Amino acid sequence: MIPMPALLEIAGPTTEPGFGVWLVATIVKMIIVFTLYMLGAALFTLAERKISAWMQDRHGPNRVGKGWLQPIADGVKNFVKEETYPDAANLPLFILAPMLSFIPALVTWAVIPFAAPWGSRWGIIEMVLAPMPVGFLFILALSSVGIYGIVIAGWASNNKYALLGSIRSSAQMVSYEIAMGMSTIPVLLLAGNVSMSKIVNQQAFETWNVLNLTVAFFIFLIAAFAETNRLPFDLPEAESELITGYHTEYSAMKFSLFFIAEYCNMLTASALMATLFFGGWDIPFTLWDNVAPHTGLKTLLTLGAFTTKTLFFVFFFMWIRWTLPRFRYDQLMSLGWKFLLPLALGYIVAVSGTVVTLDALGFARGSVPFHTGLILLNLAAVVILFNIVDRGRLISPAFSRLNTRDLDKLRAVSAPHRAPRVPESGD
Amino acid sequence: MTHNELPLFYVFNFYLFGLVAIVSALAFVTRRSPVAAAMWLVSVMFSLAAMYVMLDAQFIGTMQVLVYAGAIMVVFLFVIMLLNLGHASELADARGLWWKLAGGGASLALLAQIFAVTRAKLPEAFLLPENTIANQVTRDGAIAPLAGPLFHEYLLAFEVTSVLLLAAVVGAVVLGKRKERAHAR
Repeated sequence: MIPMPALLEIAGPTTEPGFGVWLVATIVKMIIVFTLYMLGAALFTLAERKISAWMQDRHGPNRVGKGWLQPIADGVKNFVKEETYPDAANLPLFILAPMLSFIPALVTWAVIPFAAPWGSRWGIIEMVLAPMPVGFLFILALSSVGIYGIVIAGWASNNKYALLGSIRSSAQMVSYEIAMGMSTIPVLLLAGNVSMSKIVNQQAFETWNVLNLTVAFFIFLIAAFAETNRLPFDLPEAESELITGYHTEYSAMKFSLFFIAEYCNMLTASALMATLFFGGWDIPFTLWDNVAPHTGLKTLLTLGAFTTKTLFFVFFFMWIRWTLPRFRYDQLMSLGWKFLLPLALGYIVAVSGTVVTLDALGFARGSVPFHTGLILLNLAAVVILFNIVDRGRLISPAFSRLNTRDLDKLRAVSAPHRAPRVPESGD
Repeated sequence: MTHNELPLFYVFNFYLFGLVAIVSALAFVTRRSPVAAAMWLVSVMFSLAAMYVMLDAQFIGTMQVLVYAGAIMVVFLFVIMLLNLGHASELADARGLWWKLAGGGASLALLAQIFAVTRAKLPEAFLLPENTIANQVTRDGAIAPLAGPLFHEYLLAFEVTSVLLLAAVVGAVVLGKRKERAHAR
């Protein structure tokens, strides 16, 4: 196996474009990414309704242009609707909140590499808006800033349900952010860098992180659901108890902006999962797309690979939403603090221990024994986690049936004044 | 893109974010609503982060946002909202004319110090050759130059600092426990 630096030089840019080319290319990329992103977010609202309809065996939107123009109709409706402002609201913050929830989701895309670099006649053009050397930390920082939109929305509305929703969400997002950050440390350990393109390159030349770091992927997946406030973690807007939580008082386009932000967050989280754990724009089983010459065809095909992976995760988000019921608040908190965080910490120790051991045994990074060792560790960890430790209690309560003893315990919690149920014969 | 090729870009952004930081800081200390003040402080932190990034200290800039704006200020907001604080004037530490004058005097002294420091000439030994940091970032990544000294040469000091933080955590737990016991009685 060739050592990493040599491979990176093959893959790395050969000629830097001049300043003018860089500026024009960046502006063009920004316009294209922004347009596609907004179009995607609009179409996802339609996709969500269609997928939910499919899962519930009904038709879903099928009137405006056979359903395809429904997002446009919704957009027009939201623009022409009356904007209402509550009397007791803090107006500047009330107006600021939707922007604050929308912008961080959008800006995160600046550092996600979405295709192989394109070797144009004006020099190598990186297919990422801002190739920051601290790209990954930038994403973590922005995801933590995304809380403000929800918190401020709830507070500025001056509505108790909105406030309760926003307090819930800030507690939830702060809790799961820690698990999320911790779950990605093994990724950085393997990549040895925090730049997103280095993480993608490392996976392309070695193995995708989903095989190397399966447990980290599961933690990240769960935390991503909580961070985006999607079911089963949508407690900030639990309709049954909080009306709709933090955006109760919002109307027209401001209300819509929160929804756009939710879909943008979902898209960003999907892209992150694809980039951190599924090789980003890498086409599997071939190195053809990762080495020079960087042709336009490679750029297009890798863009296709990246889009496919991202859209799969978007579908996965919707699939989960219409499958799992909402968590109770204490379940949510204990899952985050008592299960995911210790698991992530233990996993960091396990992975770094394994990597050090494999290094000491003389297996080079990227060699078959090195990754076989890591994959075996993960297989063992997954079996232990899901089959022995968990047994369908915490991770998949919706899919497994409770035994009667657990059920009695739960009933004792929810209705302590009632006597525990007497087990019937043959129960 | 190094910034040395773009002096205008650099100067423009320096004054832009500097102005934003100063205006936000002024708004932060003058707002009456605690939540509004907190949001202005977040704005200050963002402007500072932008300045760090322009100084090629991307890691520090990102940490500024991640730790201060993203974690500490969120917890602050959380507490402000939970306690439902009314007007800052009732809660302020510095009430009364003399306290305010003392505060103004202290800030003037700090301003004078900043002017004195910026006028002073740095010793040659402190100056790095041009593009040192930018080259370091392209060669070793943004974190390795910082992580090297932190976890090799100054490891002991670093760990001792973490013990300080641990003491703070233990203190918080003790305070929380004591309150609980007082309520139980």
